[in-house]
Amino acid sequence: MNRLAQPLASAGYRVSLFLSVLARLHHVAKRRVMLMDQLYVGGFKVLHVVLLVGVSMGMVVALQTGLELARIGQQNSIGTLVALSMAREMGPFITAIIVAAASGSSIAAELGTMAVSEELDALEVLSIDRTSYLVVPRVVSLALLCPTLTILCDAVGIIGGGFVARSQLGVELPLYYDTVVEALQQPAEFIPVPKDVYCGLFKSFVFGIVIAVISCAAGIRARGGALAVGNATRAAVRDSIILTIILNYLMTWFFYQQ
Amino acid sequence: MNAEGTSDEVVISYENVDKSFGSKVVLQDLSLQVRRGETLVMMGPSGIGKSVTLRHAVGLLHPDQGRVVVEGHDMSTIGQDDLIELRRRMGYLFQDGALINWLTVGENIALPLRENTNMTDAEIEERVAEKLGLVQMDGTQEQMPPSLSGGMRKRVGLARALVTNPEIVFFDEPNTGLDPEISMSVNHLIRDISERLNITSIVITHLVSCVMVVADRVVLIDQGRVFAEGTAEEFIHSKNERLQRFLAKPFD
Repeated sequence: MNRLAQPLASAGYRVSLFLSVLARLHHVAKRRVMLMDQLYVGGFKVLHVVLLVGVSMGMVVALQTGLELARIGQQNSIGTLVALSMAREMGPFITAIIVAAASGSSIAAELGTMAVSEELDALEVLSIDRTSYLVVPRVVSLALLCPTLTILCDAVGIIGGGFVARSQLGVELPLYYDTVVEALQQPAEFIPVPKDVYCGLFKSFVFGIVIAVISCAAGIRARGGALAVGNATRAAVRDSIILTIILNYLMTWFFYQQ
Repeated sequence: MNAEGTSDEVVISYENVDKSFGSKVVLQDLSLQVRRGETLVMMGPSGIGKSVTLRHAVGLLHPDQGRVVVEGHDMSTIGQDDLIELRRRMGYLFQDGALINWLTVGENIALPLRENTNMTDAEIEERVAEKLGLVQMDGTQEQMPPSLSGGMRKRVGLARALVTNPEIVFFDEPNTGLDPEISMSVNHLIRDISERLNITSIVITHLVSCVMVVADRVVLIDQGRVFAEGTAEEFIHSKNERLQRFLAKPFD
């Protein structure tokens, strides 16, 4: 029974924390200093990793698929494949994994340390709303950062793919550029953004919220000493990645089912 | 027997409180009352549940059985708005200060004022400087908590506990980590603010010197309940062997 009760309690706490954040979204202006700090810590400090992994993924996708396409003389379509892969899946997913590992773990460790050193209790006794003070800036920052980093990841991935297309497959850059642009032309239903870009960014937005809420919840619920902080950090990254994978599938199914 | 400035109105009341963590029983049928303006000192061996007792009074913990009533509010059933309002009238000094590490000393002390009051920046700065002066930490507003010694963090925590001019204050080992001179000045500070501002307080300490200066009444907690109760004088001159054993040896 205990084995079931603990994950259920944990899931329940995450949902209630998310709802508490929604109820306090109007506090963002009041928390703007901490929000800027979180944007810097969560964004600037992982930017180089996102760019490095993004460009290498774009190059690998171009090379793997390009070599197969070349066998049937279709290497000129490589821009389409790279653009769609990056915009729909690789960009949002890679960014989410990096943010979960770097920013999510950092959030869980930071709040976990506060929990075990009585700082969270101190905030509560001081009548300071810790959800507003600590969680809202972190959730909003990752909700903004994930789509932003995804755009950059998509862009460098497509550029990396172009480099491989030119150097390994002999596809001229103007042709590669035209196929990329053409692939991303399908309009979304309600907004003037290509559907594949919009869907990728929406996924990223959801991933950012999920990672932040899971990481904050793990940190806040840490009890004990340094071991508890380590456990909270590990649980935050593990659960963020698992939920990202599940939600990625569900959202892909929702957006692209025929 | 009421000390000077102490009324008969009960502010904090523990009524037959039981508290366990897993199989470990911490509080067992604990009953205790603190009257308005009174400074109650709580003593007892380490790990016996003194901090747990304090945490019940601010609603950080709830009893398994029994109830804790503060200013007429049952802390287990109090509504969120009433709890927030009640806590704004309280101060709490945590054992290690519990300072927010990314805020400066000044920002830590100013935090409850910035979050919960409409005071201007100038008023807040003046109040922060005043409270830092009280704990002999003048001019340290810009320092960061990790650069402070344990005793300095404790004093900053004390300044933060007092910055809202609370009516009820809980001191969890205010002397730990302080040198004898500062420790004695903290004792006199607690005594002074208690008398001047008619503060109701519970102080956890292991030091007889602290008991002698601050206590209106002393309780010894053992095996989860009040084992002995009286004035500091009564404690010191008690013939009870167990009590004398406690007072004679350092508890840590």
